[in-house]
Amino acid sequence: MQNNVNITKNVAQYRQDFAIIANWVKFGSKVLDLGCGDGELLQFLQSSLEVKGYGVEKNDANLLACVASGTNVIQMDLEDGLSGFEDQSFNTVILSQTLQAMHNTEEIVLEMLRVGKEVIVTFPNFGYWRNRMQIATGNMPVSKTLPYQWFDTPNVHLCTINDFDQFCKNHNIEILERRVITDGKEVNLMPNLLGSLAMYRLKSK
Amino acid sequence: MSENNTIGIVAPQTAHFNEPLTLKSGAALSQFDLVYETYGTLNADKSNAVLICHALSGTHHVAGKYSEKDKYPGWWDNLVGPNKPLDTNKFFVIGVNNLGGCHGSSGPVSTNPATGKPWGSEFPIVTVEDWVNSQARLLDQLGITQLAAVIGGSLGGMQALQWTIAYPDRVRHALVIASAPNLTAQNMAFNEVARQAIITDPEFHGGDYYEHGVVPRRGLRIARMLGHITYLSDDAMGEKFGRKLKDSIKYSFDVEFEMESYLRYQGDKFAGEFDANTYLRMTRALDYYDPALAYGGDLSKTLSQVKAKFLVLSFTSDWRFSPARSREIVKALLDNERTVSYAEVTAAHGHDAFLMPDEHYHAILRTYLSNIEVGGNHAK
Repeated sequence: MQNNVNITKNVAQYRQDFAIIANWVKFGSKVLDLGCGDGELLQFLQSSLEVKGYGVEKNDANLLACVASGTNVIQMDLEDGLSGFEDQSFNTVILSQTLQAMHNTEEIVLEMLRVGKEVIVTFPNFGYWRNRMQIATGNMPVSKTLPYQWFDTPNVHLCTINDFDQFCKNHNIEILERRVITDGKEVNLMPNLLGSLAMYRLKSK
Repeated sequence: MSENNTIGIVAPQTAHFNEPLTLKSGAALSQFDLVYETYGTLNADKSNAVLICHALSGTHHVAGKYSEKDKYPGWWDNLVGPNKPLDTNKFFVIGVNNLGGCHGSSGPVSTNPATGKPWGSEFPIVTVEDWVNSQARLLDQLGITQLAAVIGGSLGGMQALQWTIAYPDRVRHALVIASAPNLTAQNMAFNEVARQAIITDPEFHGGDYYEHGVVPRRGLRIARMLGHITYLSDDAMGEKFGRKLKDSIKYSFDVEFEMESYLRYQGDKFAGEFDANTYLRMTRALDYYDPALAYGGDLSKTLSQVKAKFLVLSFTSDWRFSPARSREIVKALLDNERTVSYAEVTAAHGHDAFLMPDEHYHAILRTYLSNIEVGGNHAK
């Protein structure tokens, strides 16, 4: 399970965003996955890159799923920050498709940069043309990356790629890399219009 | 959920130790007994042993009954048994009465071999460290080199933690439940009030009440009543009793409210079956436990040599051993990059929750324990 051949093989079975995240995480490094769900991403990173992984999860059922799969999981609410974690104690801190559902959005990004040497943030791009179309026709967007109705969505802080770029600039955050994908394929042209999922690799300046 | 899978009829055993045990205080026990029970079968390579450490008033009688006539089974029977979360089809489970106890292990009520009389006040103060050292002796005698897991709640959780510090190579998993790396001042203050109730009872006689043919029942009763208040949450008490009256207000100091009836019942029951000298020692062991003290208060340094994998659990309404205290243990383990998971179980019952068969709580324990690998020659 330690060579590149296996990594490639594993990647094919997983989501495209997992593959990009795996490219950004170093072999054998220490990784913190915030809002880790049932631990799928961590298990993938552990099996392919032998990372020392920890997840943070609030939901009871997800916590139990992590325990079942032998994934290290810490039950806590991200809205309370990351007070149990030392400065710069992880190589990578990941927040995968959770940013938009956070109330303390600014705080969590800054906390991630405090705890992690590098930070990976992914979120659905609200500027994606299909979202814009639905707004233009008079409805709140509902799509694969935004599967909720306006009345039952957990998402409270949706943003566009432009917005997040500006956020990083304002907070003195260095964007090491940005990848944008739609339906599993990379988007290089007009990402804020054509990209459905935004992925950032960040560090403090 | 698990009524038909009891371990059945069990019997305690006694292990005798002739090799002296030097205690943390510097005192020594030239010889001592530990009474214990086991459930399940030790496998061929002795890799499936699980030690259960008891809390303040617990005993070695963890599961099963001594006879069909017993009204209640052991104190953690809802956890331990065939197909229960701690499955005795897989594990060999050991319950042991701690030194200083009053259920068969050497303690104040047992006979001092030097005098032929009950130890009474002469029985030394024992600590969590001493308990763990004596438990290690028991494992030696049973031929168990390494525990698959050590489990404990509250004061028992402190012992589980201590196991990983004192014997890092002898524990593969530690389940530390509703516990803390030391007691807060407030928590110690409750212990002091409990002890004062006992010590100032005129029938305490400096701890040598046995020879006077009395027991400091009133003191022990009040100590237990106080304890019970702190083991429940405000909400749980409200839900259980509220302001319910037994009958009507009588403008007296008799039992009028249901809550009073409960506390008096618990106090009386306990005072009739527990030893006051043991209670004093158990609370002192709680007070003294502070493994980080030797490391300048740095718990991360304290745990730098542990090797066990940890499951740390707390309960949201537990204010005597609050989730924040469990998170301190988790943080120290994270600082050392140990394998650890932490669950904060939503429960209304306060500290007592760790003894209750809450579905989610037991699902976590069951799941975690089922993942523990044990060696061959054992059908699973």
